[in-house]
Amino acid sequence: MLAFTIRRLSQSVVVLFVMSVIVFAGVFAIGNPVDILINPEADIAEQEETMRRLGLDKPIWVQYGAFMSNALQGDLGNSFVHNVPALEIIATRLPATLELAFLAVGFAIILGVPLGMVAGLKEDSWIGKTIMTGSILGFSLPTFWVGLIFIMLFSVSLGWLPASGRGETVDVLGVPVSFLTWDGLSHLLLPALNLALFKISLVIRLARSGTKEVLLQDYIKFARAKGLSNYRIIGVHVLKNILIPVITVLGLELGNVIAFAVVTETVFAWPGIGKLLIDSIANLDRPVVVAYLLMTVTMFILINFVVDILYSILDPRVRLGGAN
Amino acid sequence: MTTVTVQGKEVSPLRRFISNFAERKLAVVGLVVFVLLILAAVFAPWITPQNPYDLTQIDFMDGRLAPGSSGATLTYWLGTDDQGRDLLSGIFYGLRTSLSVGAISTIIALFFGGSLGLIGAYFGGRIDTIIMRIADLQLSFPGILIALILVSALGQGVDKIIIALVAVQWAYYARTIRSTALVERRKEYMEAATCLAISHKRIMFKHLMPNCIPPLIVVGTVQVAHAISLEATLSFLGIGVPITEPSLGLLIKNGFDYMLSGDYWVSFYPGVALLITIVSINLVGDQLRDVLNPRLQK
Repeated sequence: MLAFTIRRLSQSVVVLFVMSVIVFAGVFAIGNPVDILINPEADIAEQEETMRRLGLDKPIWVQYGAFMSNALQGDLGNSFVHNVPALEIIATRLPATLELAFLAVGFAIILGVPLGMVAGLKEDSWIGKTIMTGSILGFSLPTFWVGLIFIMLFSVSLGWLPASGRGETVDVLGVPVSFLTWDGLSHLLLPALNLALFKISLVIRLARSGTKEVLLQDYIKFARAKGLSNYRIIGVHVLKNILIPVITVLGLELGNVIAFAVVTETVFAWPGIGKLLIDSIANLDRPVVVAYLLMTVTMFILINFVVDILYSILDPRVRLGGAN
Repeated sequence: MTTVTVQGKEVSPLRRFISNFAERKLAVVGLVVFVLLILAAVFAPWITPQNPYDLTQIDFMDGRLAPGSSGATLTYWLGTDDQGRDLLSGIFYGLRTSLSVGAISTIIALFFGGSLGLIGAYFGGRIDTIIMRIADLQLSFPGILIALILVSALGQGVDKIIIALVAVQWAYYARTIRSTALVERRKEYMEAATCLAISHKRIMFKHLMPNCIPPLIVVGTVQVAHAISLEATLSFLGIGVPITEPSLGLLIKNGFDYMLSGDYWVSFYPGVALLITIVSINLVGDQLRDVLNPRLQK
């Protein structure tokens, strides 16, 4: 077990290192930030002074070395545009994204599980087929496209919900949140639903196949023999048993939701880290791009690491398979 | 008399494949639509009423005209964008970029991933472990994150988007072909080929590969739709194709700003074109999966 953990951990470190090199070297090559940050009428001396201040005059490997040693101390450099630490900007934007992501996952459960159960119970009826067709569409349509249709329908045509921004926020423990005010909630609804769409489709499939499987089990037959009402059987016995895989998968997908928030946040102008990334790429704000990518990559490596360790505890074949 | 001989003949695999495919009407509709889209994209310069990127043909005064309105020289059936470009023509040209980016990246990824998967399955051992470990690792990150990293690393441009799409897709092909090739490798014809002392390269690409193609076709078809969708997403985010070669995603992005002021068509019609493209490819892919599935073949 220890050997497996160490091997898996060293693999994670290697991946993190490779990713950091790719991200850093790549973002370095994107363009010369000096052209954007320095007044074009500045003379050469002023330009050089700014480059020296930002550390852009040193060779790339020196920049990388300095960057990594700072990064390990939690310092990913100052944003070129805002001139505050990149991590600080991300930290102030993160709650908005997390709020969106958690609500999206919530939607996926609240909408996906009942729909999937109906599809599993009434597989051959038109309602089951409609739900499954819907889930195929949810899988194949691009998120941004659905977001546009949402805006067109609910904001422009019907005028029910606002199309952009975060609305009124309330501070909870010093963190601004939207979901406690009506205004904030109305701003939150469309982007969260948009972000949830893919996950809803996923949950529908899981819940459907789960329901079909659970219905054949002996304990369901027993419950029927005991004379339990249909509502109780489906609402308690089936539901509880299909929730286990649904929650496992959604837990794993949370990272995915945060990565995909880039698209939804851009469509709905939601001030989270995804929009920050796109704005920073457009502004060539190198430290913020690097900080975002490194943070997300680290998050994924961590999730994968924890999942692998958990699996190896639950299923010893995983660690034995990796050994040979 | 000829009909009798045809009836007596063994049905060729290709003919059986075609009749199996045609069983589902929706799939045939999908195929027809997809072929029409390809034709529209290929012949765009000849069939569109105007070349939207030739400044001499555009009348700036016709900007953001509603669908069906007439301009100075022609009627704009789907309206115009802010520059006064005919949207119908713009969509046909956009389709050109979208489809070619999707197709080229899929072909490269198919070749690249397919070869790696084949090499892994054929040689096994350490090479196989390394290739598959990299593929697993990559699949543990969402495609959009990989694409974002690469696009922010490489910069913009059609070639860079293709590289990013290949990087996102190759692992699917490597996995697919590997699982088929592992089964095929144990069959007798492979043993026979090995006994004939043919070179590894020849065995792999002449004997093993042709038998691993069907599942690859299925994955490939679905992945074209994914590639087109991802490219549209990146272009919509403004980090995809450059403005000089707009794809459907970029057309949608251009119209997005006008949507809130009620000029829906600038974004909407390119969006519909994108939707039709993706759905038609998926319909074809779904049916191909059913037809080519070896478990369902009698």
